[in-house]
Amino acid sequence: MRKIYADNAATTALSPKVLEKMMPYLTTVYGNPSSLYEIGAEAKKAVENARAKIASLIGAKSPNEIYFTSGGSEADNWAIKGMCRALKQKGKNHIITSKFEHHAVLHTCKALEKEGFEVTYLDVYENGIVKVEDVKNAIKDTTALVTIMYANNEIGTIQPISQIGAICRENRVIFHTDAVQAMGNVHINVEEQNIDMLSLTGHKFHGPKGCGALYIRRGVRPDVLIDGGAQERTRRAGTENVAGIVGLAEALELAISTMEERNARLTKMRDRLIDGLLKIERSRVNGDRTNRLPGNINMCFEGIEGESLLLRLDMAGISASSGSACTSGDLDPSHVLLSIGLPHEIAHGSMRLSFSDDNTEEDVDYILEKVPVIVDYLRQMSPLWEKIKEEERNS
Amino acid sequence: MAYSEKVMDHFANPRNVGEIKDASGIGEVGNSKCGDIMKMYIKVEGNVITECKFKTFGCGAAIATSSMATELIKGKTIDEALKLTNKAVMEALDGLPPVKVHCSVLAEQAIKAALSDYYTRQGIDPEPIVGKIEECDHDHGCSCGEC
Repeated sequence: MRKIYADNAATTALSPKVLEKMMPYLTTVYGNPSSLYEIGAEAKKAVENARAKIASLIGAKSPNEIYFTSGGSEADNWAIKGMCRALKQKGKNHIITSKFEHHAVLHTCKALEKEGFEVTYLDVYENGIVKVEDVKNAIKDTTALVTIMYANNEIGTIQPISQIGAICRENRVIFHTDAVQAMGNVHINVEEQNIDMLSLTGHKFHGPKGCGALYIRRGVRPDVLIDGGAQERTRRAGTENVAGIVGLAEALELAISTMEERNARLTKMRDRLIDGLLKIERSRVNGDRTNRLPGNINMCFEGIEGESLLLRLDMAGISASSGSACTSGDLDPSHVLLSIGLPHEIAHGSMRLSFSDDNTEEDVDYILEKVPVIVDYLRQMSPLWEKIKEEERNS
Repeated sequence: MAYSEKVMDHFANPRNVGEIKDASGIGEVGNSKCGDIMKMYIKVEGNVITECKFKTFGCGAAIATSSMATELIKGKTIDEALKLTNKAVMEALDGLPPVKVHCSVLAEQAIKAALSDYYTRQGIDPEPIVGKIEECDHDHGCSCGEC
C-alpha cells in the first residue's frame, strides 16, 4: 500500500544530510563544550558555529542573540514569562496576543493572568489573520509584550509580522513571535522586521526533535530561564545538546537555501489539492487561501467527524491530522477553528494535510482519489448528513 | 491513544449500518455540537429484537460502540436488551481509552432511546421501564457520568 506522510506541521522526517552532520557529535566528539581538552573544545566550536550560522540565517546582528533551548514550547515560555516578569517591576502588566496562538503561548498567557497580568486576545477574523490596526489600538502604557505567531500551526495563515513589528517599535513595546511553523518556509529577517524575540524549533524543518532556539535582541532582557552553569551566556544553564544544535543549524540552512524552489512546487500542489477537494459538496477551506504556508491544507467536510476521517485515511496509508475534539482529548474542537468563526459541528469535521520537501504530485493524485470516497462513505452512515440533506430538500 | 483490534475491526467493518424502513422503534442521542450523534433502529417481533441498525456521526469509538451494541442486542429479548450496559459494550470491544468511555454510554443510551420509542408507539409510558435518557449538556461538559 502507498504510504503518504502528510503531517509535516506536526513534525518532519530527519534529513539524512542533517543526521550525517550530527553523527560525529553522537559518537566520537562527545566532549562537554565547557571542557578544555580537545573533544570539548571541538564540541564548543560546533555549538558556536551553529549559533553563528543561525544568527546569519535569520538576520540577527550577533551570534550572541541566539539562545539554544529544548524546542519551541520552551522558547515561547521563556520569552513570554521571562519578559513579562522582568517588566512587571516597571509597572508593565499587559500582554497582547491573538486568540489562535499555539497552546505554548496561550497557556503561558493564562498562567500569567493568574500572576495578575492582563491579557488582550486579538481577533483573527474569518481569514485567520490578525489586523495590524487591532494591535495598534490595543497597545497602552502598561503593555509589556506583544506576542503574535508568524504562521498558524493548524490553518497555516501568515500574519503581518513586519507591520506589527514596526508598530511595536514605534510604541517601544517588546515584540515576540512564535515562528515555529514559519521558519524555513517564509523569508524572515529579525532586523528588517523589528522582531525582538523569536522562537524556532528544528524538527519542523527536517532537523532533530528536542532542539530549538530563542532569538533575543541585544538589550532585551527576559529573566534568566535556568540557573546553573555559564551556558547560553548564563541565561539558560545546562550542558548543550551538541548534536541537536548542529542538526538544527544544518537543517535550517538546508531549508532556507532550498526555500524558493520548494515553495513554488508546494504552492502548486497545495492549490491543486484544495481545488480538487473543494469539488466535494459542502466542503470549505479554513483560513486565507493565498496568505498561507505553501504546504498547508486545512478543510472541513460537513456531516462527518474528523477522527473517523483520520482513521480511514490512515487505513488508506495517509497520515493527516484534525482539529476535531476527539483527537484533542477535549470536548471542544480546535480553538483555532472556533477562532475563525466556525460552528462546533463544522469544526469537528476538519482535516489538516501538511506537505514538505518529501511530498510529490503523485501524493496529491492519491489523496484526491481517496478523500472523496472516504467522506462519502462516512456521510452515508451519518445521521447529521441525513439532516443536512433533508434541510436542503425542504428549503 | 490507541484503539484495541476489536474497536478497529468494528470501525473498519461496522456491522448493521443503515436504516429499517418499518422500524418498531427509533432512538437518537447525542448532538452535533459535541461531535457525536447515534441513531438506532430496532425491529421487534413478539418480544424479540429481530433486527437492529444504526447510523452514527462521530469518532472511531462512536462508530465501533454503535456497531458492537447492535450486535449485542440483535436476536435478544427486550428484557435482555434493557440490561445492556456501556460496560458490556466496552468489554466486548476489549476496552476503550478513558476519553472514549463516553461513546459506550452513548451507545447504551441509543439502544434505550429506541426501546423508549418502541414503548411509546405501543401507548406505554417508557420511563418506568427504560428510565430517563440523559441528554448531553455541552456547556457543562458531557453528562454521561463517565467523562
